[in-house]
Amino acid sequence: MSIPEAPPVLRGERVQRVHWVLGTDQLRAVCHCGAERLFDDPIELWEWLLGHPDDHRPAEPPEPTPPPPRTPREPASVPA
Amino acid sequence: MSTIPRNQWYVAAYGSEISNELFARRICDEPILFWRTAEGTVVAHADRCVHRRFPLSQAPSRLVDDKVICGYHGFTYGSDGRCVAVPGQTKVPRTARLAPYPVVEVDSLVWVWIGDPALADESRIPRASYLDAPGWTTVRGLEPLAARFSLLVDNLLDLSHETYLHGGYIGTPEVASTPITTEVDDDAGAVYVSRHMDDAECPPFYRESTGLQGRIARWQDIEYTPPCLYKLHSRIAPVGSVPNPDGSDPDAFHVEVVYAITPETEHSTHDFWMVARDFALDDDGVSAFLAENNRTVVLQDVEALDVLERVIATEPAGYQELSINIDTGGLAARRMLARMVGETPRNAPAAPVR
Repeated sequence: MSIPEAPPVLRGERVQRVHWVLGTDQLRAVCHCGAERLFDDPIELWEWLLGHPDDHRPAEPPEPTPPPPRTPREPASVPA
Repeated sequence: MSTIPRNQWYVAAYGSEISNELFARRICDEPILFWRTAEGTVVAHADRCVHRRFPLSQAPSRLVDDKVICGYHGFTYGSDGRCVAVPGQTKVPRTARLAPYPVVEVDSLVWVWIGDPALADESRIPRASYLDAPGWTTVRGLEPLAARFSLLVDNLLDLSHETYLHGGYIGTPEVASTPITTEVDDDAGAVYVSRHMDDAECPPFYRESTGLQGRIARWQDIEYTPPCLYKLHSRIAPVGSVPNPDGSDPDAFHVEVVYAITPETEHSTHDFWMVARDFALDDDGVSAFLAENNRTVVLQDVEALDVLERVIATEPAGYQELSINIDTGGLAARRMLARMVGETPRNAPAAPVR
């Protein structure tokens, strides 16, 4: 099943992402190392993400990611 | 142990609040004295005379020609904080100087550095340039919150509460029922939470201000840079409208809702709120509507969080919260704040202030 995914916004090299899987109650955690896992509980999810690299198996080859939309507004302007 | 991160920039005031008069505000449990010099620069120092601690913001202390004169014994300080006169003697002790605070005024906000002044780096101040830019109009306010700042962070990182706490203003059923995507960049110190509702009811807050009728595309993109600045990039457009590939977005209305979440004490917070828009720029009616309604929404939060603070402050230790999917972003913010105060971030517990 393909999982709809919002385009990434933050550009850092160690960004962790959590997607609420549409149509389900599950969360998909994506570590910056590429490992992924589905969770029912956000506490367990963050434990796993924070535990990198423990138990972070290589992910399946990802589907192509569409280019992020450009925005006319102020982009994510995090401090350097 | 304090739950307030140190060595961080905090919004201390709106620039418009500070003039060539003494202005005091407690920030992160530190009493700070501000004034704008005759040249227009905001300066900040400890609000205590080095002699006998008398608050320099307290009458009959006064500002005369950019020098503050203590109302108790007359110790006099220049805008750099150095004591230039003491009563009854010509020699001023070398150590007589008010502790200075690094301060920066940008985007209509006065930021103050709480911590070691040697570590203050202006480039780390998160920006919100639309608050002071052509093409935008901003309304704003400041409400006292009798609750720890982390409760406001929790509140703002999970907007599903709009459906229940703010129904009839900004809440509609879709807010609580639309999935979110959360991104965390620890290196940059940012949490980003996206909730894109492509076919949603238009709440009165946006129906009245934009004139859009019927259902709308409503995007909420939260950008939180702990500990202080929270930005909600709100996009309201007709259903089916998306930004053009070149980034232009002519069919949409953009509202930037900004909060500066500044601890006053461990158990109270300065709740700065701002609403900037890129439409109806000169329409005073829209400004008045947005200001009144957003303040109403803010006060609904304040009332709820004041109650919550009393609940938490008086409950036995060890209460076990339950977190669900909607809390993903809030949990990310909590662990980032925990790390800032030196706590182990694992499991992101609620801040256990006592």
